[in-house]
Amino acid sequence: MSPPLLEARGLSLRYGAVPALDDVALSIWPGEVVAIVGESGSGKTTLLRVLSGLLRPEAGTVLYRAPAGATHAVHDMGEAALRRLQRTDWGFVHQNPRDGLRLGISAGGNIGERLMATGARHYGTIRGAATEWLKRVEIDPARIDGLPRTFSGGMQQRLQIARTLVTHPRLVFMDEPTGGLDVSVQARLLDLIRALVADLGLSVLLVTHDIAAARLLAHRMLVMRQGRVVEEGLTDRVLDDPQHEYTQLLVASVLAA
Amino acid sequence: MSAVPAARPAEDAAAEGGEDRSDGSAGRLAGYNLGYLDENTKRMIRRTLLKAVAIPGHQVPFGSREMPLPYGWGTGGIQVTAAVIGPEDRLKVIDQGADDTTNAVSIRRFFARVAGVATTERTREASIIQTRHRIPETPLREGQIIVYQVPMPEPLFRLEPRVAETRRMHALADYGLMHVKLYEDIARHGQVAISYNYPVMVNGRYLMAPSPIPSFDNPKMDRMPALQLFGAGREKRIYAVPPYTAVKSLDFEDHPFQPVRAPAACALCGSQESYLDEVVTDDRGGRIFVCSDTDYCHTRQAAQPREAAE
Ligand SMILES: Nc1ncnc2c1ncn2[C@@H]1O[C@H](COP(=O)(O)OP(=O)(O)OP(=O)(O)O)[C@@H](O)[C@H]1O
Ligand SMILES: [Mg+2]
Ligand SMILES: [Zn+2]
Repeated sequence: MSPPLLEARGLSLRYGAVPALDDVALSIWPGEVVAIVGESGSGKTTLLRVLSGLLRPEAGTVLYRAPAGATHAVHDMGEAALRRLQRTDWGFVHQNPRDGLRLGISAGGNIGERLMATGARHYGTIRGAATEWLKRVEIDPARIDGLPRTFSGGMQQRLQIARTLVTHPRLVFMDEPTGGLDVSVQARLLDLIRALVADLGLSVLLVTHDIAAARLLAHRMLVMRQGRVVEEGLTDRVLDDPQHEYTQLLVASVLAA
Repeated sequence: MSAVPAARPAEDAAAEGGEDRSDGSAGRLAGYNLGYLDENTKRMIRRTLLKAVAIPGHQVPFGSREMPLPYGWGTGGIQVTAAVIGPEDRLKVIDQGADDTTNAVSIRRFFARVAGVATTERTREASIIQTRHRIPETPLREGQIIVYQVPMPEPLFRLEPRVAETRRMHALADYGLMHVKLYEDIARHGQVAISYNYPVMVNGRYLMAPSPIPSFDNPKMDRMPALQLFGAGREKRIYAVPPYTAVKSLDFEDHPFQPVRAPAACALCGSQESYLDEVVTDDRGGRIFVCSDTDYCHTRQAAQPREAAE
């Protein structure tokens, strides 16, 4: 088996007395989708932020294996190298499109930003890529010069995904990408994500409240509670045969709903 | 960096008076240190300038002093000039290209009185040129210093309001956002809609605001033989471009930078090359174009007395 793309060990972080992360370990392999589920406040967002280098843990390490084979300790990299990684090899899709889009910049500019940040200097090529990506996320390319604030919530989220994937990252962190959308819009977005993940061979760390989304997209899942990973395994195994009583409760409550 | 005089002991400087170099204005005023600023302040500014020259295009903070002018009237430029000027210098001051505006005249008079220096309107004769909003048409040469008055030194301030973030962007040479702005302009207007203070990359490393000169003047900054110094008084920043440094206006490969000039000839000297101001001549909508650089225009008119002059 090839080595993991990202490997975290012993991650701990507390906010005052609250243990947001308590000795968390996690690995993700190339092409794998891993879901992180758990109740509100269980530390999911904190975990994503620590894994992606946005937040420094009090203890523990995160190792990232670059395509060339070199391994980087994410929190020991220089800021410049980390930033380069964050906008080339990695992507981050936020729950609130406001955090992931520039609302005062056109859809085309939003998609083009990562290309320009990594050195693209041909307007026609950038615009071509933006047009292509609008189509891929099912937004009418005629909206290329429109501002995201004139887009619906679902479109904004699809635009955020296009803006993130345009540089063909290998690893994407998604924090409840379907949160705050209504059910039919959620379903369409999940289908889109599933298709893109398969096309591009992405690795995805997906934080979600939605057990159905985890079942649809994820190969493996982690269940978090109070900053700890209480259960981990293949998605079908965890959902069909939960071992931990908290997971049992979680699955039962979803089935009942 | 021979163009910037080394710090010199106050007595030496004080010993040299107005002598015969001043262009008619009485010698230096008694009671002021040469150049108005005290020697410690001048040393501090010179140290900042050395740092600025060593890192072309990088904004260096300095302890901006109160000057006998409000911010917005070139206090940054005046402090830089005050720190580098010596009695042998000959100073030219322009405001939007003109030597004869109230602002240019009062700054020139100020230095004639507090530094006892000679002044001139001739670009060729000046050793220091302090400017607001223009670069002279006559190419500057080695040994000259041009001092720009800068209202806002941060080229990213409209795009990124957080100062800490703009610093990080400079530290990491992370300037994609500036290109996003150019992209937006082309998408909306078909071209980059920046006619003043058009952003430049200095020495392939730092993004720099050239102060509100017209983009027409940008190419003059590239590999200029003269030393270019920039002073922002209110924002307390100094930056510099040493002689012969590459200064490139940002653009796209398929939308190359194009300096803009009114498609007309100067009504006074006939120049087809200089930067023009539009002047309204009457209240019936009559207007003409004339050179914004008054010295350049006068020189050309003098050389061809029977032609074009009105
Ligand atoms: N900046 C902060 N300051 C103080 N406490 C914080 C901060 N961020 C998170 N916490 C706390 O850390 C714990 C974990 O928060 P986190 O946001 O990671 O949870 P989550 O699982 O993402 O929750 P949700 O499902 O509501 O998004 C919570 O108790 C939260 O209140
Ligand atoms: Mg969260
Ligand atoms: Zn003229």
